[in-house]
Amino acid sequence: MMIRINRLAAAHIAVAVGAFGVASAMGVLQGLSVADVNFPVRREDLYYASVTAHGVLMALVFTTFFIMGMGYAFAQATLDRIVGRGAAWFAFWLALAGTVAAAYTILTGQASVLYTFYPPLKAHPLFYIGATLLIIGSWIWGGVIIASIRSWRKDHPGEALPLAMHGTLANIIVWYLATTGLAIEVLVLILPWALGWVPTIDPLLARTFFWWFGHPLVYFWLLPAYVLWYTVAPRVAGGRLFSDSLARMVFILFVLLSTPVGFHHQFADPGISAGWKMAHTITTYAILFPSFVTAFTVIASFEVAGRLKGATGLFNWIAKLPWGDPFFAAIALAMIAFTFGGFGGAINAAYAMNSMVHNTAWIMGHFHLTLGTTAALSFMGATYWLLPKITGRDLKLTGLARVQPYLWFLGMAFFSTSYHIAGLRGLPRRVFSGALSGELGEQWHGLTVIAAVGGAILFISALCYVAVVTATMSVGRRMETLPAFDLAVPLRPVGAPGLWDRFGLWTVVAVLMVLLAYAYPIYSLIGQTRYGSPPFQPF
Amino acid sequence: MYVETYERAWMWLAGGLIAVFLGVIVVTAANGAIAPPSHMETVDPANLSTHPEFGSPTVKTNADGSVVVTVVASMFSFTPDPIEVPADTPITFRLTSSDVIHGFEVVGTNANAMAIPGYVSQFTVTFKKSGDYVIACNEYCGVMHHTMVGKLTVKPVSR
Repeated sequence: MMIRINRLAAAHIAVAVGAFGVASAMGVLQGLSVADVNFPVRREDLYYASVTAHGVLMALVFTTFFIMGMGYAFAQATLDRIVGRGAAWFAFWLALAGTVAAAYTILTGQASVLYTFYPPLKAHPLFYIGATLLIIGSWIWGGVIIASIRSWRKDHPGEALPLAMHGTLANIIVWYLATTGLAIEVLVLILPWALGWVPTIDPLLARTFFWWFGHPLVYFWLLPAYVLWYTVAPRVAGGRLFSDSLARMVFILFVLLSTPVGFHHQFADPGISAGWKMAHTITTYAILFPSFVTAFTVIASFEVAGRLKGATGLFNWIAKLPWGDPFFAAIALAMIAFTFGGFGGAINAAYAMNSMVHNTAWIMGHFHLTLGTTAALSFMGATYWLLPKITGRDLKLTGLARVQPYLWFLGMAFFSTSYHIAGLRGLPRRVFSGALSGELGEQWHGLTVIAAVGGAILFISALCYVAVVTATMSVGRRMETLPAFDLAVPLRPVGAPGLWDRFGLWTVVAVLMVLLAYAYPIYSLIGQTRYGSPPFQPF
Repeated sequence: MYVETYERAWMWLAGGLIAVFLGVIVVTAANGAIAPPSHMETVDPANLSTHPEFGSPTVKTNADGSVVVTVVASMFSFTPDPIEVPADTPITFRLTSSDVIHGFEVVGTNANAMAIPGYVSQFTVTFKKSGDYVIACNEYCGVMHHTMVGKLTVKPVSR
């Protein structure tokens, strides 16, 4: 049989890993800077430019490119097709060009506005244009996947969509809903202002549209991780998927609840009423539910694996799991991190309690557990599993791959725990120096030093990951046949499509929920006498 | 839809836990009037210097003993600085920015709000412990963001 390697998926993952490597190097230097460790290139302007680069490359480039590549890999494997390859390659080059343009403005110090780019901070217009091209690339990616799914459905009437694609499709809908807010912010509000066509901008309105996008963005990272947990992890562990139908329900709940939650990032903002902040608190808490269900289903699937391997006791099935497998270890550690990250998120969303942690180092500690470990470590593990299947090359440096997830988890334990505690003691986030002009520095200096040690361990782990990927893609032994793309089989056979497969219906409900959550608050925001802000570039 | 018994029980437990979390939040918000700063008021950031209130930000004591502190955040300082207020007294902060978005965090307390140009943040805090507090800007506002700190002195009240 001819080997059909998936160049499309491989190209996306190569860009993702490249962005990850650059961003990791910046991360370790930022950790040192906050801890007031001096090094030759430590300078304020470089620090804030590198925080911007780290955020953009990790949160937008690494994730988006990885998710696109993973989507193509799963579409090819489970649907046996990618409809619109030409469009897919066009989207790849468009997104890459956008990334390079935005990265150029950041690295030349013309866009030190952080990845949240809150106006009236103003970056070089190319920064916004580059980011827009990246997003448009991802929209085309969604279109290609949807076209592939439609084509598959035509050939398989009456069959439920493979679970992996069910999750991917849910994620694409979340992404379209989320990026609508971003498109309004950037195309309607920011670009005309950044190009000088209009003199002022309303910072709060822009911020509100940003968080319409900013929170569902985290589910855009999380859902691909869940696809891996549900469809790959039970198989690698040697078990079965405990429940296919509940997994479908979970993905649909994310379609409904991901977007109408953004005000929990704006609790400390004026101009949004306490009642609407409470409404978004309720939806934010509701979205804990699908994650609780996921925890049960995936861990139960692992227990099935342990018992199939002969475990009989209450807990000894845990020891039977393949902890030496880099994919499994990464997923299991990602899940452990999410236990803490998820409960931390419940604290952040807790309306009044938020004021203790808002914009402190606690938040950095929090999202390095969720994005930085739950999503990122899942993606790293998935890379080891996926690379041979899409490149036709044997994984190289497997020893490094095996220790890498553990190193990451260890580094993050130091890093995240320290910043959580420092944040509770009041250390603000995004500071060049934890000493804050000599005030209060001693309250958290020890903690920032421990976090920097964690950062160094994370960097070593990142180097291992980049080395494994680079070696595999360049000098990995070419295999005669592609390894099988084996996904988990559910305990009970998958039935005919049911309520949770009705994507059209759920998309309509989701759109209505977004309108319900945002229409009135934005209407009342716009309705008052407002004063705009001119651009500022204090960097 | 088939759901296995243990998983069904887990789902009820998870739903119950979320309901308890939300119940605590709603009840405390309703009873203790705990609410995040959500004041709706706008002000022109371009003309702050001639504004009757924000033109000369200061600490004012009302006839009933309550205290209003007007604060303007700008790159890279707070005005007034230092701020001196009495302990055990409701202090209402009225806060805005003259340039970019800043944060206003009285380290070690619940006073934590955004200063957004064009808008007035208002919230009331009572400081029980007297002493010096650091006010830190906790939103990135430019290249010297980390130096943007102010001082709040809480004086004991003699009764």
